[in-house]
Amino acid sequence: MTYEEILTRYEPVIGLETHVELGTRTKMFCGCKTDFGAEPNTQVCPVCLALPGALPVANRAGIEATIRIGLALNCDIAEWCRMARKNYFYPDMPKNFQTSQYDEPLCTDGYVDVTVDGKEYRIGIERVHLEEDTGKTLHVGGATGRIHGATESLVDYNRAGIPLVEIVTKPVPGLGALAPEIAKAYVAELRDIIRSLDVSDVRMEQGSMRCDVNTSLNRPGEEWGTRTETKNVNSLRSVERAVRSEIIRQSGILDEGGKIFQETRHFQETTGDTRPGRSKETATDYRYFPEPDLVPIAPDPAWVAELKAALPEKPSAKRARLREEWGMSELDMQSATNAGAVELIEETIAAGASPAGARKWWLGELARRANEQGIELAEVGATPAQVAALQKLVDDGKLNDKLARQVLEGVVAGEGEPAAVMTARGLEVVNDTGALTAAVDEAIAANPDIAAKIRDGKVAAAGALVGAVMKTTRGQADAKTVRELILERLGV
Amino acid sequence: MTDLTRMSAADLSKLITAKEVSAVEVATAHLDRISAVDDRVHAFLHVDREGALEAAARVDRGEVTGPLAGVPIAVKDVVTTKGIPTTAASKILEGWKPPYDATIVERLKKAGMPILGKTNMDEFAMGSSTEYSAYGPTNNPWDLGRIPGGSGGGSAAALAAYEAPLAIGTDTGGSIRQPGAVTGTVGAKPTYGGTSRYGLIAFSSSLDTPGPCARTVEDAALLHAVIAGHDPRDSTSIPQPVPDVVAAARLGKQGDLSGVKLGVVKEFTGDGSEPGVSAAFKDSLEALVKLGAEIVEVSCPNFQYALPAYYLIAPSECSSNLARFDGVRYGLREGDDGNRSLEEVMSLTREAGFGAEVKRRIIIGTYALSSGYYDAYYGQAQKVRTLITRDFQSAFEKVDVLVSPTTPFVAFPFGSRTSDPYQMYLADLFTIPTNLYGGPAISVPCGLSEGLPVGFQIMAPTMADDRMYRVAAALESAVGTLTPPAL
Repeated sequence: MTYEEILTRYEPVIGLETHVELGTRTKMFCGCKTDFGAEPNTQVCPVCLALPGALPVANRAGIEATIRIGLALNCDIAEWCRMARKNYFYPDMPKNFQTSQYDEPLCTDGYVDVTVDGKEYRIGIERVHLEEDTGKTLHVGGATGRIHGATESLVDYNRAGIPLVEIVTKPVPGLGALAPEIAKAYVAELRDIIRSLDVSDVRMEQGSMRCDVNTSLNRPGEEWGTRTETKNVNSLRSVERAVRSEIIRQSGILDEGGKIFQETRHFQETTGDTRPGRSKETATDYRYFPEPDLVPIAPDPAWVAELKAALPEKPSAKRARLREEWGMSELDMQSATNAGAVELIEETIAAGASPAGARKWWLGELARRANEQGIELAEVGATPAQVAALQKLVDDGKLNDKLARQVLEGVVAGEGEPAAVMTARGLEVVNDTGALTAAVDEAIAANPDIAAKIRDGKVAAAGALVGAVMKTTRGQADAKTVRELILERLGV
Repeated sequence: MTDLTRMSAADLSKLITAKEVSAVEVATAHLDRISAVDDRVHAFLHVDREGALEAAARVDRGEVTGPLAGVPIAVKDVVTTKGIPTTAASKILEGWKPPYDATIVERLKKAGMPILGKTNMDEFAMGSSTEYSAYGPTNNPWDLGRIPGGSGGGSAAALAAYEAPLAIGTDTGGSIRQPGAVTGTVGAKPTYGGTSRYGLIAFSSSLDTPGPCARTVEDAALLHAVIAGHDPRDSTSIPQPVPDVVAAARLGKQGDLSGVKLGVVKEFTGDGSEPGVSAAFKDSLEALVKLGAEIVEVSCPNFQYALPAYYLIAPSECSSNLARFDGVRYGLREGDDGNRSLEEVMSLTREAGFGAEVKRRIIIGTYALSSGYYDAYYGQAQKVRTLITRDFQSAFEKVDVLVSPTTPFVAFPFGSRTSDPYQMYLADLFTIPTNLYGGPAISVPCGLSEGLPVGFQIMAPTMADDRMYRVAAALESAVGTLTPPAL
C-alpha cells in the first residue's frame, strides 16, 4: 500500500502545538538569568526553586514578547486575562504546579499562511499562551544516562522558570497527501516569524523550539478520527516524517478494523517511527484554577497598538520583496532562508556589494564552512561589512576568486579586514606586464606544441598556457592579462 | 524599675530612646521571661537568644534607630527567617533553615527589632486552636487548660504571657484576630496586599495576610507601620502609600468618635454567640455610643455563606500550595532507601510529614478543584466571594466601619472541638467574611465572659486601615486593657 493510495481512502486532520522558549534576559517569574549551558543550579533563587514562602512576579518582557508573537500571528490580544496553575507532579518541577494559562490565553484566534508547491494554505491559530519551563533531570551511574540502571537522579533547575510560549493551531483538515509538507512549512514559517521578532533563537536542535504533532485519520464524509499526539519533535524534517508515519501507522490499524487510541507518542529520530508513550485513557486532571499569587494581566490597548505598529515586515512578504530586488530564483531564496542568510545578504548589499556578490559568498564559501563546523552562519566569523569589502576587492580587480577565498580564510581566522589580510598574505593580483612577460615566455618555451597550435589559430588552446603561467605565479596573475600577453607574444 | 516585660512597646521604645534602659536589657528581660514560663505556655517553637541579643546590641551601639528600635518581637513560625528554623509547625519542615528572610522580617530587622524566636501555630496555619501543631499545643495563659486560639495561638499567648511585647501573625480566616480575642490581646489583619506575603509560607494565597499582634491598639499600629507597604516581590502587594495608622490610633485614644457611624451586622447578632460574648459586645457598643458614635444596623445577607465558601477556596489553594512539599528539595524525605519509586517516597514523606487537618484540607481542595466538580464547588465559592464583597461595599456606603464580636465563644478547653471539624471551623464564623473581601479588621479586648476574654471586631473598607485603628483605640480607651492572671 503506497502513501498515495492511503490518502485516497483516508483524510488526515493535523494540529500542531509548538513551544518556544523566549530569549528574555531573566526568567518569567524571578530575576534569575537564563544563559544557556551554565553550570547546573547556578541560575536559581528561592522563587524558581519554589522554596516555602517564595512568590512569583511576572516578567514584563515575557508578556511583551508573547503579545508580539500573537500580533505577528494575526491574533486578538486579551484586554484582561489571568495566569492559571496547572497542577501535576514531576520531580524537576519545583512547585509541582506549572504557572501557565488555561481558559484565559493572552492571544487567540489568528492564522499563518504558508505556501507549498506554489499554493497558499491558511493554518488557523487557536491560541498563544505564556507559561514557564521546568528543570531537567539527569540520571547518573548507569551506562545510558537513562533512568534504568542509574544509581542517582540529579536535578538541574537552571531552566525552571524560563518563559515558554505555546502556540496551538486549530485542527487543520483538507490537506490530503500534502499534510506532512504543509505541517513542516507551517513550523518553518512560524520559526521565521518568531526569528524576525527577535524574541527567541528558535533552535529546534537546542530545544528552544519544540513541536507536538497531532494527527488523526477519517474516511471521507465521516467524523474526524481519534488523534494521537507525537511529542517533542525537534527538527523540521522530523515534523514532516512524524505526520507521514502516523498517517501510515493509523491507516494500517483502521484497514484491519482496529481502533486508534488517544495517546501520547514519541518520535524516533533514527527510524522515523513513532512509539507509544503515556496513554490518555487515564488522562491527568490538572485541576486548573486562576493563579492567586499573580495579579491579572491587563495590557493597555494603546501599548498593544504600539507593539502592532512596530512589528517587523512579515518574513514571507520580505522574502518575496527581496527575491524580486535581488533577482534570485525561488530555490536560491529558499536556501538563503533555510541557512538564515537573508539578513546577512541584506546587510552585505547595504554595505555596498552587489546582490550576486553577496549571495555568492554567504551561500557558497561561508555556508560550506558553517555546515562543516555545525554552527550558525552568523557565527562563522565574517561580518556583512567584511564580505562587502572583499567583494569590492574582486570587483576592482585586486583579487580573483581563488585569491579572494584565501583572503576570506584569513578574515574568518581573525587576521583582520580583507584589505589587510590581502596585503599581509601578499595575495594581490599581479598586473605588472613586465613581470608577467617573463613568465609567459617561459611557458611558451616549455610548451612548444601548444604554442604551435595557437599560432595555427586554435586560440582556445591558450587556456593551457594561462594555467601554466598561473602555476608559476602561484595564482596571483590576472588571468585576462596573461591571456592577452600570450596571444600578443605568439602574434595571433 | 517596673518589670520591662509588662510594658507596652510604645513605652519601651521611649525608655530605650531616652537611654534609660538598654535594648539588651529589654531583650534579656523577655528572654528570661520565656525561660521562666514557656515550659507551661509553649508559645515558642524556637528561641533565638543569641540573635536577639546581637540585634539589641546593635541598637545600643546606635547602629539602628527608629520608632520601635530595640523593642523585641516574636514571629509566627510560618514566616521565613534567614538561618532560624522555620517549620510552619509541621514535621515536613522539621529543622529547615530558610536561606532568606521574608520581606516583613527584613523590615523588622531594618527597624532594629530583635527577633526573640518563632511562635507555635496550627500546622501550616490550618486550625483555630493551635492543637494541630505537630510540636504540641500552646496553652492559653488565662487558663492553661484552654486553647489560645489559632492558628496564631503561639503569637497571642506570647503576648498574654508577657514573653514578648509584640508579635507577627498571619490571618487567612481569622488567625490573628481569633487568637487575639481569646487571649485578651489586640490582633489586626491589614488590608490584603497592604503587607507583603513574600516569605510567608503559603496556605491560601488569595486570603493570607500578615499582620501585627500586640497588647495595645497603639502598639499594633506602630508595628503595622513598620511591616506594611508595597513590596515589588509580591505581585499582589498594593503600590499605594500606607494609611497613617499610628496617627489614627493616637487620635482614637482621645476618646472622641462623634460623627462616626458603626454598622452592626444584623446577621451576626442573632443566635450562635455565647450569651456572655453577646453581653460584652452590647456593653462595648454602649461605651462607643457614649464616645459619640452612631450605631446603624446593616444587613449583609451573603455573610451566612462565607464559612462554606471559605472552606472550599482555602483548601483548594492549599492543595496546590502544599504540593511543593514532596521530599525532593528540602525538609523531610521518608523511605528513600534506593528501592522505592519516586511516587512511593513522595507518598511516604507526606504521610509522615503532614498532620490530619492538613491532609483533610488537601483532600477537600483536590476534590473541589477536580474537573468534574470545579464549577459546583470552587467556581460557586468564587461567586459567593463576589457577593460578599458586594455586601461589604454596599454596607460601607452607609457606615464607616462594621462591628461584631470577634468570635462566637470564649477560649474552649483542649480537645473539646477536635473530634468535630465543623465545630472547630465555627470559631472563625465572624472573621472569615473580611478575608474573602480583602479589607482590614481588628480584634480588641472588650470584657470578660466567665472570666475569659471576649474580643470586639472592627472591619473597615480596603485601604482604610486607619479608620479601624481609630475606632479600636477609642474602644480601648473606654473599656481598658485586660490583665491575665499571674502564671
